[in-house]
Formats: sequence, C-alpha cells, structure tokens
Amino acid sequence: MKIIAVCGMGIGTSVLLKMNAEKVLAQLGIEATVEATDMKTARESRDAQVILTTPDLAQLLTGLPSEVITIDHFFDLEELTKKLSASLL
Amino acid sequence: MAFARLAEAFAEHSIRVSAVALDREHAIELSGELLVASGRATPQYVSEMVEVLETHGPYFVIAPGIALAHSKPSDAVLSTGLSLITLAEPIEFQNLANDPVRLVIGLCAVDHDSHIELLAELSALLSDEPTVNSLLNAVDTEHIRALF
Repeated sequence: MKIIAVCGMGIGTSVLLKMNAEKVLAQLGIEATVEATDMKTARESRDAQVILTTPDLAQLLTGLPSEVITIDHFFDLEELTKKLSASLL
Repeated sequence: MAFARLAEAFAEHSIRVSAVALDREHAIELSGELLVASGRATPQYVSEMVEVLETHGPYFVIAPGIALAHSKPSDAVLSTGLSLITLAEPIEFQNLANDPVRLVIGLCAVDHDSHIELLAELSALLSDEPTVNSLLNAVDTEHIRALF
C-alpha cells in the first residue's frame, strides 16, 4: 500500500508526518510505504491509497482517488494511530 | 549531547527568545531573518517563507503553539539549518487546531532528503512536552541550547 504525506514544499511538515506515520504503521502491523511529497506531486498522484496532510491543505486536495486523512497535531501519535487504524484496519 | 545534529543546525545567531511579532507574517520574517543572520540563507529565502503562507495557508503550524516556517530548496539556501524564536506574546496564525503560536522554528534545506535525520531529532525534541515548556520559558539562548 502506498501512503503519501503532503505539505506545501515537501521538505518540512510532510517529512515529520512521514516519520511519525511510519512509527504508527509499524505498531499497527500495517505494511505500507510512506512518501513525503509537495502539493504539486500530490495533485498528480493517482496510486496512493491514503493522503496524509493538514486540514488547510486538504481543502486544496479534492477530486483525487485517494482517501484524505487530516492530522492536527503532528507529534501526537495517538491521533495518528486513531485516524490511520479507523481508515486502514 | 542528546541531539548532535540539532546543536549543529542551530548556528550562532539562530536563536532568539521573547521576540515581539506584530502578526503572523512578521513572526515568519523574524525566524527567517535568523536564518540569514546565521549564514544559512539569503534574504530572498525570507520572502519565500512568507509566500508559502500566502499560497498554502498556515498549514505549517504543526502542533499546539508550534510553527515550522520554511520554503523549499533553492539558490536562496546557503546551507541546511534551523532557527528558533519564542514569542513574547502569542500570535494567531489562523490555524484552527493549533493557534496561538508561541514558538516558530525556521528551516532551510539544500535538498529534499539530506536533512531527514535532523528532522527526526527535531521531532523527538518537540514531541516531548516538558522540553517544549522549557523552550517556551527559556530566558536566554543558552537555556535553549542546553536542551539539545
């Protein structure tokens, strides 16, 4: 399964999101690759099952085949666990 | 030292405590100016950081009270680095979940992946609540450096 973590530039916010998502996925026993990308790449993406991003950016990522999951607090592994398991388990 | 990469990424003149910002754009500029003052980026990068806010909104407020202001790799980046300001008065970034902002981290990177381990250290630092409280309450830059 492919998951993309998206931020405006693809170097800061999305990288933090990718790292913490990988931790949570490993704990949940879900096999997935997580890529950090910028908005432009995300808009062109068609093969990601899930897009992880912030509420602000989610508004700009509509009409894609992927499920969009928004994360408020990037360091809160409980929030990530809750939202990822609700979607993927 | 627990966070060797962080200690290196925060060059001299890259940290300021109790900065007074007028609004969110000003807070971003202050963090960017420290990247310039510490030799990491050119003034062009500061303008780019503010443009990110204009283009994509305040999405980079990544946790309660914490903004990670940055643009992308370009000629305006001289070397990968971080800056940090604590704000004397919290600033509304219009981020519903995480306002108001009290801590702004500035980031510039020369490419998309050589700073991953640095961000892992930053993530470890900022996910520890007592450490964040110590950052916010630091009275001088030495108190902040002591946390790395």
